[in-house]
Amino acid sequence: MDLGMLLAETSGYVLPNEKELQWSVLIVLYPYLTGLVAGAFILASLVRVFNSKPVAPVYRLALLTALAFLICAPMPLIGHLGHPERAFQIMATPHLSSAMAMFGFVYAWYLMAVLLLEIYFDYRKEMVAWAQSSRGLKRLLYTVLTLGVMDTSEKAVRFDDRAGRFITIIGIPSAALLHGYVGFIFGSVKGNPWWSSVLMPLIFLLSAIVSGIAAVLVIYMAINWYRRQPHDMKCLNAIGRYLMFALIFDLSLEALDVVHRMYEAGEWFEILGLLGSGYLYYTIFGIQFFLGGIFPLVNLALAQFLKASDATRQRVYFFSGLLVLIGVLCMRWNVVIGGQLFSKSLQGLTTYRLELVGGEGALVAIGVLFLPLAILFVLAKILPPWKAHEEARA
Amino acid sequence: MSTDPEPTKQTDERSLSRKEFLKGVGRSALLIGIGAGGYAWWARITSQFTRRREPVGDARHNYSMAIDIEKCIGCGFCVEACSKENNVPPGHFRTWIERYEVMKDGSVRINSDDGGINGFSDDVRAEDVERAFFVPKLCNHCTDSPCTQVCPVGATFKTEDGVVLVDYDWCIGCRYCIQACPYGSRFWNPVKRTADKCTLCYHRIRKGQVPACVEVCPTGARVFGDLADPESPVSKFMRENATLVMKPHLKTGAKIAYKGMSKEVV
Ligand code: SF4
Ligand code: SF4
Repeated sequence: MDLGMLLAETSGYVLPNEKELQWSVLIVLYPYLTGLVAGAFILASLVRVFNSKPVAPVYRLALLTALAFLICAPMPLIGHLGHPERAFQIMATPHLSSAMAMFGFVYAWYLMAVLLLEIYFDYRKEMVAWAQSSRGLKRLLYTVLTLGVMDTSEKAVRFDDRAGRFITIIGIPSAALLHGYVGFIFGSVKGNPWWSSVLMPLIFLLSAIVSGIAAVLVIYMAINWYRRQPHDMKCLNAIGRYLMFALIFDLSLEALDVVHRMYEAGEWFEILGLLGSGYLYYTIFGIQFFLGGIFPLVNLALAQFLKASDATRQRVYFFSGLLVLIGVLCMRWNVVIGGQLFSKSLQGLTTYRLELVGGEGALVAIGVLFLPLAILFVLAKILPPWKAHEEARA
Repeated sequence: MSTDPEPTKQTDERSLSRKEFLKGVGRSALLIGIGAGGYAWWARITSQFTRRREPVGDARHNYSMAIDIEKCIGCGFCVEACSKENNVPPGHFRTWIERYEVMKDGSVRINSDDGGINGFSDDVRAEDVERAFFVPKLCNHCTDSPCTQVCPVGATFKTEDGVVLVDYDWCIGCRYCIQACPYGSRFWNPVKRTADKCTLCYHRIRKGQVPACVEVCPTGARVFGDLADPESPVSKFMRENATLVMKPHLKTGAKIAYKGMSKEVV
């Protein structure tokens, strides 16, 4: 079953081995998920390193969101391999000239050295308290999570805080690396003019920040509704402002990329022009730029400057966040799928059939997209991210 | 953030009872057991993956091919021979033929239906065609091959005698190399579930034979040999004729040399 959006098969001259696309919708999700990780983490570090007090209520939520998405990030990759059972070779016998070979290391570093450690130091004191106030399995769980360090003296807690700050400082370049390098995987393919660009890692990074902030914003608001808690408007306003600034940078950079390509007009100009004005027109200009970029940007700016009421702002924030999330997903689609829709002969175009069912179909993709939310739900049960704040407020 | 000001009990002040001591010993033993078992398992798994490939081939040779576009008649015998010799799954091509028709009105028609395996049939009126020619294509066995560069596990590699190969037992099937090849020479082999492409019939040339496509070509449009040997057919052909390679601006070090290349060729 097809989603019906695909009419022609190929047009012009497509090399005979290019009749099928190599990277499916699963590979669209991979940069999307890692982008959300990097973005959510960078939002969290605003609290720690830059001392952005108003964002503090989402600090822990942002960390847990990053973790939930990071756990899922390798799934589409491994699922797409022809030999998933050999996946471990990427770490055991990495080929050092390959950008992709770095995946295992960057991933492990980010998971173990940054995210898990930061969460550990941030929660340790409370985990000790939770362990001591519960019994049975729950007690065991929290005791294991503290790694046996039950010391909650002032000195120990101060150490936790310092260590957390230090890790955040390492974490910011790591998050940039995690996602910049995903951009490099595409940007460094010299045989593909749609991908090959030095701007690619930067564009990936900025759109990642945008999507991560939007994700935390939307999740935070949804959780508040679910728990029937009031929104912290100071916090929402601050996130909305960050989202607005990140969007401005991101859109400028993407526009620069488009202008640069059009001005340079290399040998690929005609075929890429056909792609951008045809098959990808709606997903690039309609969704990525307009619905997921300019439109939320204008709304966020109006909400900031027009002194709108809290209720209006909440609506603006929520829907802008959702639109941005869809826009960035479309951007990943435009890069990954778009880069495979023209022939290396530069003389023809092909189309992509997104199946509904099957291992690389739309249903699986939707599953992979929403699995992190289920994981986040469990994580939030074990390590409630809001306790400290609500207690402090009360 | 640790904003909770509530003080908690100091744990190190507790004294050890006998029961707790035994419990501690039991737990430690359990932990050590799990650790040791885990390590043994880890070592077993990793040992399967850490083998290193010995260099393949004889560095005194540098095999390559040259193609005389003017001689190719587009019969497609080479494509068929290749697909039989190498068990190429239908619809995929280690080598293929492109037909170029430069029309009287200046437009260019390019096609390669079924890779040219069945030859080509007339699809336009002969009097509308100004000039037509066939271009056989295959992996260029690039010396600075982008496919080798990007393979995350080194499953795509260059032999000592200048042939780019895929180790099918090593390839994880990520398809990055297929994306990286600027020539469309690689394809996804649905049977092996790995990347695949022309090997210059490595199994034949190591025995002193020529590749299957070269052997069946009725006009001698494909010239095979050892670039390291000045007397080999390919060396002589390249000395005596003006040749070009595909997409030289990409600096892939493409080796397959073409005589009679025209600007229409993609
Ligand atoms: S032609 Fe393509 S597959 Fe062959 S060596 Fe060059 S880059 Fe690799
Ligand atoms: S598909 Fe195989 S040969 Fe190609 S880059 Fe991936 S692991 Fe290497």
